[in-house]
Amino acid sequence: MNEFDLKKLIAQASSWEMIRALGGIGILCSLLIVFAFQVTLPIIEKNKTEYLEKSIFNVLPGATSRVTYKITNDNNVELMQADEPKVRKVYAGYNDQSELVGIAIEAGGQGFQDVIRLLYGYSPEKKAVIGFAVLESKETPGLGDKIEKDPVFLSNFDALDVSLTDDGSAPKNPIEMAKSGNKHNPWQIEAITGATISSRAVTKILKQSTGEFIPIIEKNLAKFKRDETS
Amino acid sequence: MNTTESSVNKLSTDDFIKGLWKENPVFIQVLGMCPVLAVSNTATNALAMGLATTFVLIMSSTLVSAFRKFIPKQVRIASFILIIATFVTIVDYCIQAISLELYKALGAFIALIVVNCIILGRAEAFASKNTIGKSFLDALGMGAGFTFALLTLGAVREIIGVGTFFGVSLFGHHYEPWMVMILPGGGFFSLGAWLLFFNWLKERQKKRPTLQTEGEVIQ
Repeated sequence: MNEFDLKKLIAQASSWEMIRALGGIGILCSLLIVFAFQVTLPIIEKNKTEYLEKSIFNVLPGATSRVTYKITNDNNVELMQADEPKVRKVYAGYNDQSELVGIAIEAGGQGFQDVIRLLYGYSPEKKAVIGFAVLESKETPGLGDKIEKDPVFLSNFDALDVSLTDDGSAPKNPIEMAKSGNKHNPWQIEAITGATISSRAVTKILKQSTGEFIPIIEKNLAKFKRDETS
Repeated sequence: MNTTESSVNKLSTDDFIKGLWKENPVFIQVLGMCPVLAVSNTATNALAMGLATTFVLIMSSTLVSAFRKFIPKQVRIASFILIIATFVTIVDYCIQAISLELYKALGAFIALIVVNCIILGRAEAFASKNTIGKSFLDALGMGAGFTFALLTLGAVREIIGVGTFFGVSLFGHHYEPWMVMILPGGGFFSLGAWLLFFNWLKERQKKRPTLQTEGEVIQ
Protein backbone atom coordinates (compact mmCIF):
# COMPACT_ATOMS: atom_id res chain seq x y z
CA MET A 1 0.00 0.00 0.00
CA ASN A 2 1.65 3.26 -1.05
CA GLU A 3 1.22 6.64 0.55
CA PHE A 4 -1.46 7.76 -1.84
CA ASP A 5 -3.62 4.72 -1.09
CA LEU A 6 -3.18 5.24 2.63
CA LYS A 7 -4.29 8.86 2.42
CA LYS A 8 -7.25 7.88 0.34
CA LEU A 9 -8.24 5.25 2.86
CA ILE A 10 -8.06 7.64 5.78
CA ALA A 11 -10.00 10.21 3.85
CA GLN A 12 -12.61 7.65 2.84
CA ALA A 13 -13.88 6.55 6.22
CA SER A 14 -14.23 8.79 9.23
CA SER A 15 -14.55 7.34 12.73
CA TRP A 16 -18.19 8.22 12.67
CA GLU A 17 -18.77 6.22 9.51
CA MET A 18 -17.12 3.16 11.01
CA ILE A 19 -19.10 3.40 14.23
CA ARG A 20 -22.27 4.01 12.25
CA ALA A 21 -21.68 0.95 10.07
CA LEU A 22 -20.84 -1.41 12.92
CA GLY A 23 -23.52 -0.01 15.22
CA GLY A 24 -26.16 -0.08 12.52
CA ILE A 25 -25.39 -3.64 11.55
CA GLY A 26 -25.26 -4.60 15.22
CA ILE A 27 -28.71 -3.19 15.88
CA LEU A 28 -30.15 -4.82 12.77
CA CYS A 29 -28.58 -8.17 13.66
CA SER A 30 -29.80 -8.08 17.23
CA LEU A 31 -33.32 -7.33 16.01
CA LEU A 32 -33.14 -10.28 13.62
CA ILE A 33 -31.85 -12.66 16.29
CA VAL A 34 -34.42 -11.63 18.89
CA PHE A 35 -37.18 -11.90 16.31
CA ALA A 36 -36.09 -15.42 15.28
CA PHE A 37 -35.75 -16.43 18.92
CA GLN A 38 -39.21 -15.18 19.85
CA VAL A 39 -40.85 -16.80 16.84
CA THR A 40 -39.23 -20.20 17.31
CA LEU A 41 -39.27 -20.37 21.12
CA PRO A 42 -42.86 -21.64 21.55
CA ILE A 43 -42.34 -24.20 18.75
CA ILE A 44 -39.08 -25.43 20.27
CA GLU A 45 -40.67 -25.70 23.72
CA LYS A 46 -43.58 -27.60 22.21
CA ASN A 47 -41.19 -29.94 20.36
CA LYS A 48 -39.27 -30.63 23.54
CA THR A 49 -42.39 -31.32 25.58
CA GLU A 50 -43.76 -33.58 22.86
CA TYR A 51 -40.50 -35.44 22.66
CA LEU A 52 -40.40 -35.92 26.43
CA GLU A 53 -44.02 -37.04 26.41
CA LYS A 54 -43.35 -39.54 23.64
CA SER A 55 -40.26 -40.81 25.44
CA ILE A 56 -42.14 -41.29 28.72
CA PHE A 57 -44.60 -43.66 27.08
CA ASN A 58 -41.70 -45.29 25.24
CA VAL A 59 -39.82 -46.20 28.40
CA LEU A 60 -42.98 -47.35 30.18
CA PRO A 61 -44.48 -49.91 27.79
CA GLY A 62 -48.20 -50.28 28.38
CA ALA A 63 -48.71 -46.90 30.03
CA THR A 64 -51.48 -44.75 28.62
CA SER A 65 -51.60 -41.83 31.02
CA ARG A 66 -49.09 -40.13 33.24
CA VAL A 67 -48.85 -37.90 36.28
CA THR A 68 -45.89 -35.74 37.24
CA TYR A 69 -44.57 -35.93 40.79
CA LYS A 70 -41.92 -33.85 42.42
CA ILE A 71 -39.38 -35.03 44.93
CA THR A 72 -38.92 -32.63 47.80
CA ASN A 73 -35.59 -31.89 49.42
CA ASP A 74 -36.30 -34.28 52.31
CA ASN A 75 -36.89 -37.06 49.76
CA ASN A 76 -40.67 -37.13 49.94
CA VAL A 77 -42.89 -37.42 46.93
CA GLU A 78 -45.60 -34.89 46.18
CA LEU A 79 -47.97 -34.37 43.32
CA MET A 80 -46.65 -31.66 41.07
CA GLN A 81 -49.03 -28.71 41.05
CA ALA A 82 -47.75 -25.85 38.94
CA ASP A 83 -44.75 -25.80 36.69
CA GLU A 84 -41.71 -25.51 38.90
CA PRO A 85 -38.55 -25.48 36.88
CA LYS A 86 -35.84 -26.27 39.43
CA VAL A 87 -37.20 -29.33 41.12
CA ARG A 88 -36.49 -33.06 40.77
CA LYS A 89 -39.34 -34.58 38.79
CA VAL A 90 -40.45 -38.12 38.06
CA TYR A 91 -43.29 -39.22 35.81
CA ALA A 92 -45.57 -42.03 36.94
CA GLY A 93 -47.25 -43.94 34.12
CA TYR A 94 -50.56 -45.82 34.44
CA ASN A 95 -52.28 -48.30 32.15
CA ASP A 96 -55.96 -48.34 31.12
CA GLN A 97 -56.99 -49.94 34.41
CA SER A 98 -55.26 -47.09 36.30
CA GLU A 99 -52.64 -49.47 37.60
CA LEU A 100 -49.12 -48.17 38.08
CA VAL A 101 -46.93 -49.41 35.20
CA GLY A 102 -43.78 -47.69 36.29
CA ILE A 103 -41.99 -44.46 36.90
CA ALA A 104 -40.00 -42.57 34.28
CA ILE A 105 -36.94 -40.76 35.57
CA GLU A 106 -34.76 -38.21 33.84
CA ALA A 107 -31.01 -38.46 34.29
CA GLY A 108 -27.99 -36.76 32.84
CA GLY A 109 -24.22 -36.69 32.86
CA GLN A 110 -21.09 -36.18 30.84
CA GLY A 111 -20.80 -38.23 27.66
CA PHE A 112 -18.01 -38.46 25.11
CA GLN A 113 -18.64 -35.07 23.50
CA ASP A 114 -21.15 -33.28 25.63
CA VAL A 115 -23.82 -33.86 28.24
CA ILE A 116 -26.08 -36.87 27.65
CA ARG A 117 -29.64 -36.52 28.93
CA LEU A 118 -31.68 -39.67 29.10
CA LEU A 119 -34.91 -41.04 30.42
CA TYR A 120 -35.48 -44.49 31.85
CA GLY A 121 -38.50 -46.35 33.15
CA TYR A 122 -38.49 -48.20 36.43
CA SER A 123 -40.99 -50.93 37.18
CA PRO A 124 -41.61 -51.37 40.96
CA GLU A 125 -43.18 -54.72 40.20
CA LYS A 126 -40.15 -56.15 38.42
CA LYS A 127 -37.67 -54.11 40.47
CA ALA A 128 -35.96 -53.38 37.20
CA VAL A 129 -35.37 -50.75 34.54
CA ILE A 130 -37.79 -51.61 31.75
CA GLY A 131 -37.17 -48.87 29.20
CA PHE A 132 -34.57 -46.41 28.08
CA ALA A 133 -34.46 -43.41 25.74
CA VAL A 134 -31.92 -40.71 24.97
CA LEU A 135 -33.36 -37.21 25.19
CA GLU A 136 -30.27 -35.28 24.22
CA SER A 137 -26.79 -36.30 23.15
CA LYS A 138 -24.02 -35.10 20.90
CA GLU A 139 -22.20 -38.43 20.70
CA THR A 140 -20.17 -39.26 17.58
CA PRO A 141 -22.56 -39.91 14.69
CA GLY A 142 -22.32 -43.51 13.58
CA LEU A 143 -20.53 -44.69 16.74
CA GLY A 144 -21.51 -43.10 20.04
CA ASP A 145 -25.01 -42.32 18.86
CA LYS A 146 -25.64 -46.07 18.72
CA ILE A 147 -26.64 -45.70 22.37
CA GLU A 148 -29.88 -44.32 20.90
CA LYS A 149 -30.67 -46.92 18.29
CA ASP A 150 -28.53 -50.05 18.51
CA PRO A 151 -31.10 -52.84 19.17
CA VAL A 152 -28.62 -55.06 21.03
CA PHE A 153 -27.60 -52.23 23.31
CA LEU A 154 -31.19 -51.17 23.91
CA SER A 155 -32.13 -54.74 24.83
CA ASN A 156 -29.96 -54.20 27.93
CA PHE A 157 -32.80 -52.12 29.27
CA ASP A 158 -35.65 -54.59 28.79
CA ALA A 159 -35.09 -55.83 32.34
CA LEU A 160 -32.08 -54.29 34.01
CA ASP A 161 -32.06 -55.42 37.62
CA VAL A 162 -31.92 -52.63 40.20
CA SER A 163 -33.48 -54.40 43.20
CA LEU A 164 -32.60 -52.81 46.53
CA THR A 165 -30.82 -54.16 49.56
CA ASP A 166 -33.00 -55.35 52.47
CA ASP A 167 -32.93 -51.98 54.25
CA GLY A 168 -33.90 -50.28 50.98
CA SER A 169 -31.10 -47.73 51.04
CA ALA A 170 -29.28 -48.61 47.84
CA PRO A 171 -29.38 -51.06 44.92
CA LYS A 172 -28.09 -54.50 45.86
CA ASN A 173 -25.97 -54.70 42.74
CA PRO A 174 -25.04 -51.30 41.35
CA ILE A 175 -25.33 -51.23 37.55
CA GLU A 176 -22.04 -52.02 35.87
CA MET A 177 -20.70 -52.27 32.36
CA ALA A 178 -19.72 -55.54 30.73
CA LYS A 179 -17.67 -55.87 27.56
CA SER A 180 -19.54 -56.95 24.47
CA GLY A 181 -20.44 -60.63 24.79
CA ASN A 182 -19.60 -60.79 28.49
CA LYS A 183 -22.95 -59.97 30.04
CA HIS A 184 -23.71 -62.61 32.67
CA ASN A 185 -25.83 -60.81 35.26
CA PRO A 186 -29.12 -58.94 34.92
CA TRP A 187 -27.59 -55.77 36.41
CA GLN A 188 -24.90 -55.52 33.76
CA ILE A 189 -25.01 -53.35 30.65
CA GLU A 190 -23.35 -54.83 27.62
CA ALA A 191 -21.19 -52.17 25.95
CA ILE A 192 -21.26 -51.31 22.25
CA THR A 193 -18.11 -52.29 20.37
CA GLY A 194 -16.47 -49.08 19.17
CA ALA A 195 -18.45 -46.88 21.53
CA THR A 196 -17.02 -47.85 24.89
CA ILE A 197 -16.88 -44.31 26.23
CA SER A 198 -20.51 -43.57 25.40
CA SER A 199 -21.57 -46.94 26.84
CA ARG A 200 -19.60 -46.23 30.00
CA ALA A 201 -21.17 -42.78 30.25
CA VAL A 202 -24.66 -44.27 30.04
CA THR A 203 -23.75 -46.87 32.66
CA LYS A 204 -22.38 -44.22 34.99
CA ILE A 205 -25.40 -41.96 34.59
CA LEU A 206 -27.81 -44.83 35.24
CA LYS A 207 -25.83 -46.13 38.20
CA GLN A 208 -25.76 -42.72 39.82
CA SER A 209 -29.40 -41.96 39.08
CA THR A 210 -30.83 -45.32 40.13
CA GLY A 211 -28.77 -45.14 43.32
CA GLU A 212 -30.38 -41.81 44.08
CA PHE A 213 -33.97 -42.29 42.90
CA ILE A 214 -34.90 -45.95 43.31
CA PRO A 215 -34.67 -45.90 47.15
CA ILE A 216 -36.86 -42.75 47.22
CA ILE A 217 -39.40 -44.29 44.89
CA GLU A 218 -39.53 -47.57 46.78
CA LYS A 219 -39.99 -45.70 50.06
CA ASN A 220 -42.89 -43.67 48.62
CA LEU A 221 -44.36 -46.39 46.43
CA ALA A 222 -47.70 -46.27 48.22
CA LYS A 223 -48.11 -42.62 47.25
CA PHE A 224 -47.73 -43.33 43.56
CA LYS A 225 -50.37 -46.03 43.81
CA ARG A 226 -52.78 -44.14 46.03
CA ASP A 227 -52.83 -41.06 43.85
CA GLU A 228 -53.37 -42.96 40.68
CA THR A 229 -56.93 -41.76 40.15
CA SER A 230 -55.96 -38.10 40.08
CA MET B 1 -11.15 -17.17 -7.64
CA ASN B 2 -11.22 -15.23 -10.88
CA THR B 3 -14.38 -13.16 -10.73
CA THR B 4 -14.44 -11.08 -13.85
CA GLU B 5 -14.92 -7.46 -12.85
CA SER B 6 -15.62 -6.40 -16.42
CA SER B 7 -19.13 -7.79 -16.70
CA VAL B 8 -20.46 -5.69 -13.85
CA ASN B 9 -24.14 -5.47 -12.97
CA LYS B 10 -25.27 -7.91 -15.63
CA LEU B 11 -26.92 -11.00 -14.27
CA SER B 12 -25.83 -14.20 -15.93
CA THR B 13 -26.40 -17.85 -15.26
CA ASP B 14 -22.64 -18.19 -15.04
CA ASP B 15 -22.76 -16.60 -11.57
CA PHE B 16 -24.82 -19.56 -10.49
CA ILE B 17 -23.21 -22.33 -12.52
CA LYS B 18 -19.62 -21.56 -11.59
CA GLY B 19 -20.22 -22.46 -7.95
CA LEU B 20 -21.69 -25.77 -8.93
CA TRP B 21 -18.86 -26.87 -11.14
CA LYS B 22 -16.01 -24.63 -12.31
CA GLU B 23 -15.35 -23.11 -8.89
CA ASN B 24 -16.96 -25.73 -6.70
CA PRO B 25 -16.09 -24.64 -3.15
CA VAL B 26 -15.14 -28.11 -1.99
CA PHE B 27 -13.74 -29.97 -4.97
CA ILE B 28 -12.01 -27.11 -6.75
CA GLN B 29 -11.38 -24.39 -4.15
CA VAL B 30 -10.96 -26.91 -1.31
CA LEU B 31 -12.51 -24.52 1.21
CA GLY B 32 -14.52 -25.22 4.35
CA MET B 33 -12.92 -28.55 5.06
CA CYS B 34 -13.95 -28.64 8.73
CA PRO B 35 -17.69 -29.19 8.17
CA VAL B 36 -17.02 -31.16 4.98
CA LEU B 37 -15.04 -33.80 6.83
CA ALA B 38 -16.97 -33.70 10.08
CA VAL B 39 -20.60 -33.81 8.92
CA SER B 40 -20.35 -35.90 5.76
CA ASN B 41 -20.55 -39.23 7.58
CA THR B 42 -24.16 -39.82 6.56
CA ALA B 43 -26.18 -38.56 3.62
CA THR B 44 -28.88 -37.04 5.85
CA ASN B 45 -26.40 -35.04 7.91
CA ALA B 46 -24.61 -33.94 4.76
CA LEU B 47 -27.80 -32.72 3.12
CA ALA B 48 -29.00 -30.88 6.23
CA MET B 49 -25.61 -29.26 6.74
CA GLY B 50 -25.45 -28.29 3.09
CA LEU B 51 -28.89 -26.67 3.16
CA ALA B 52 -28.16 -24.83 6.42
CA THR B 53 -24.90 -23.50 5.01
CA THR B 54 -26.61 -22.50 1.78
CA PHE B 55 -29.21 -20.52 3.71
CA VAL B 56 -26.55 -18.69 5.71
CA LEU B 57 -24.53 -18.11 2.55
CA ILE B 58 -27.46 -16.64 0.63
CA MET B 59 -28.71 -14.42 3.44
CA SER B 60 -25.30 -13.10 4.43
CA SER B 61 -24.15 -12.54 0.85
CA THR B 62 -27.32 -10.64 0.02
CA LEU B 63 -27.11 -8.50 3.13
CA VAL B 64 -23.39 -7.82 2.71
CA SER B 65 -24.05 -6.82 -0.87
CA ALA B 66 -26.91 -4.55 0.16
CA PHE B 67 -24.70 -2.79 2.69
CA ARG B 68 -21.52 -2.80 0.62
CA LYS B 69 -21.46 1.00 0.14
CA PHE B 70 -22.31 1.64 3.78
CA ILE B 71 -19.52 -0.49 5.30
CA PRO B 72 -16.08 1.16 5.37
CA LYS B 73 -13.19 -1.13 4.45
CA GLN B 74 -11.67 -0.90 7.92
CA VAL B 75 -14.59 -2.52 9.70
CA ARG B 76 -15.71 -4.89 6.96
CA ILE B 77 -14.47 -8.13 8.55
CA ALA B 78 -16.20 -7.31 11.84
CA SER B 79 -19.40 -6.44 9.99
CA PHE B 80 -19.34 -9.57 7.83
CA ILE B 81 -18.76 -11.82 10.82
CA LEU B 82 -21.60 -10.12 12.70
CA ILE B 83 -23.98 -10.67 9.79
CA ILE B 84 -22.88 -14.30 9.31
CA ALA B 85 -23.15 -15.08 13.03
CA THR B 86 -26.65 -13.64 13.09
CA PHE B 87 -27.90 -15.95 10.38
CA VAL B 88 -26.18 -18.95 11.92
CA THR B 89 -28.00 -18.24 15.17
CA ILE B 90 -31.27 -17.98 13.27
CA VAL B 91 -30.60 -21.29 11.48
CA ASP B 92 -29.82 -22.89 14.83
CA TYR B 93 -33.23 -21.86 16.22
CA CYS B 94 -35.02 -22.82 13.00
CA ILE B 95 -33.56 -26.33 12.94
CA GLN B 96 -34.56 -26.81 16.57
CA ALA B 97 -38.06 -25.72 15.65
CA ILE B 98 -38.24 -27.89 12.52
CA SER B 99 -36.98 -31.13 14.04
CA LEU B 100 -35.31 -31.96 17.32
CA GLU B 101 -34.09 -35.21 15.77
CA LEU B 102 -32.19 -33.33 13.10
CA TYR B 103 -30.84 -30.92 15.67
CA LYS B 104 -29.60 -33.85 17.69
CA ALA B 105 -27.86 -35.30 14.63
CA LEU B 106 -26.10 -32.09 13.59
CA GLY B 107 -25.19 -31.14 17.13
CA ALA B 108 -22.30 -28.78 17.52
CA PHE B 109 -21.67 -28.34 13.82
CA ILE B 110 -24.44 -25.83 13.24
CA ALA B 111 -22.67 -23.27 15.39
CA LEU B 112 -19.49 -23.97 13.45
CA ILE B 113 -21.05 -22.69 10.21
CA VAL B 114 -19.87 -19.30 11.51
CA VAL B 115 -16.28 -20.20 10.81
CA ASN B 116 -16.90 -21.85 7.45
CA CYS B 117 -14.46 -19.98 5.24
CA ILE B 118 -16.67 -20.33 2.17
CA ILE B 119 -19.16 -17.88 3.65
CA LEU B 120 -16.68 -15.21 4.68
CA GLY B 121 -14.79 -15.91 1.47
CA ARG B 122 -17.81 -15.16 -0.72
CA ALA B 123 -18.71 -12.09 1.33
CA GLU B 124 -15.20 -10.71 0.96
CA ALA B 125 -14.40 -11.79 -2.58
CA PHE B 126 -17.77 -11.40 -4.25
CA ALA B 127 -20.69 -9.91 -2.33
CA SER B 128 -18.79 -6.83 -1.15
CA LYS B 129 -18.05 -5.90 -4.76
CA ASN B 130 -21.16 -6.94 -6.66
CA THR B 131 -24.85 -6.12 -6.89
CA ILE B 132 -27.47 -7.84 -4.75
CA GLY B 133 -28.76 -9.94 -7.66
CA LYS B 134 -25.33 -11.18 -8.65
CA SER B 135 -24.39 -11.88 -5.04
CA PHE B 136 -27.60 -13.82 -4.52
CA LEU B 137 -26.91 -15.99 -7.58
CA ASP B 138 -23.31 -16.48 -6.59
CA ALA B 139 -24.28 -17.54 -3.07
CA LEU B 140 -26.98 -19.84 -4.42
CA GLY B 141 -24.49 -21.48 -6.75
CA MET B 142 -21.79 -21.81 -4.13
CA GLY B 143 -24.31 -23.20 -1.63
CA ALA B 144 -25.63 -25.70 -4.15
CA GLY B 145 -22.07 -26.69 -5.02
CA PHE B 146 -21.23 -27.14 -1.35
CA THR B 147 -24.38 -29.19 -0.76
CA PHE B 148 -23.66 -31.30 -3.81
CA ALA B 149 -20.09 -31.97 -2.67
CA LEU B 150 -21.17 -32.82 0.85
CA LEU B 151 -23.86 -35.12 -0.42
CA THR B 152 -21.54 -37.04 -2.74
CA LEU B 153 -19.09 -37.50 0.13
CA GLY B 154 -21.84 -38.38 2.62
CA ALA B 155 -23.42 -40.91 0.28
CA VAL B 156 -20.15 -42.76 -0.30
CA ARG B 157 -19.25 -42.75 3.38
CA GLU B 158 -22.69 -43.86 4.54
CA ILE B 159 -23.06 -46.60 1.93
CA ILE B 160 -19.65 -48.11 2.62
CA GLY B 161 -19.37 -47.24 6.31
CA VAL B 162 -22.84 -48.15 7.56
CA GLY B 163 -24.40 -50.02 4.63
CA THR B 164 -27.35 -47.62 4.42
CA PHE B 165 -28.39 -44.69 2.24
CA PHE B 166 -30.48 -41.96 3.91
CA GLY B 167 -30.99 -44.50 6.70
CA VAL B 168 -32.39 -47.19 4.37
CA SER B 169 -30.52 -50.45 4.63
CA LEU B 170 -28.98 -51.50 1.33
CA PHE B 171 -27.14 -54.74 1.85
CA GLY B 172 -29.10 -56.59 4.54
CA HIS B 173 -27.80 -58.02 7.79
CA HIS B 174 -24.77 -59.82 6.45
CA TYR B 175 -22.96 -56.70 5.37
CA GLU B 176 -20.07 -55.92 7.67
CA PRO B 177 -19.68 -52.12 7.50
CA TRP B 178 -16.28 -50.54 7.04
CA MET B 179 -16.34 -48.62 10.28
CA VAL B 180 -13.36 -46.54 9.22
CA MET B 181 -15.39 -44.75 6.55
CA ILE B 182 -17.55 -42.89 9.05
CA LEU B 183 -14.52 -42.00 11.16
CA PRO B 184 -12.30 -39.02 10.28
CA GLY B 185 -9.89 -41.25 8.36
CA GLY B 186 -12.64 -42.34 6.00
CA GLY B 187 -13.54 -38.69 5.45
CA PHE B 188 -10.04 -37.84 4.30
CA PHE B 189 -9.92 -40.95 2.16
CA SER B 190 -13.23 -40.25 0.39
CA LEU B 191 -12.37 -36.59 -0.08
CA GLY B 192 -9.02 -37.55 -1.57
CA ALA B 193 -10.69 -40.01 -3.92
CA TRP B 194 -13.23 -37.41 -5.08
CA LEU B 195 -10.53 -34.74 -5.53
CA LEU B 196 -8.56 -37.19 -7.63
CA PHE B 197 -11.61 -37.89 -9.74
CA PHE B 198 -12.45 -34.20 -10.25
CA ASN B 199 -8.88 -33.30 -11.10
CA TRP B 200 -8.77 -36.14 -13.55
CA LEU B 201 -11.96 -34.82 -15.16
CA LYS B 202 -10.52 -31.31 -15.31
CA GLU B 203 -7.32 -32.49 -16.85
CA ARG B 204 -9.19 -34.52 -19.41
CA GLN B 205 -11.30 -31.52 -20.34
CA LYS B 206 -8.14 -29.56 -20.97
CA LYS B 207 -7.17 -32.40 -23.30
CA ARG B 208 -3.98 -32.91 -21.43
CA PRO B 209 -3.95 -36.59 -20.56
CA THR B 210 -0.94 -36.40 -18.22
CA LEU B 211 -1.96 -36.11 -14.59
CA GLN B 212 -0.48 -33.07 -12.87
CA THR B 213 -0.39 -33.01 -9.12
CA GLU B 214 0.72 -29.43 -8.48
CA GLY B 215 -2.63 -28.01 -9.63
CA GLU B 216 -4.44 -27.83 -6.31
CA VAL B 217 -3.33 -26.51 -2.97
CA ILE B 218 -4.97 -28.19 -0.02
CA GLN B 219 -5.54 -25.89 2.91
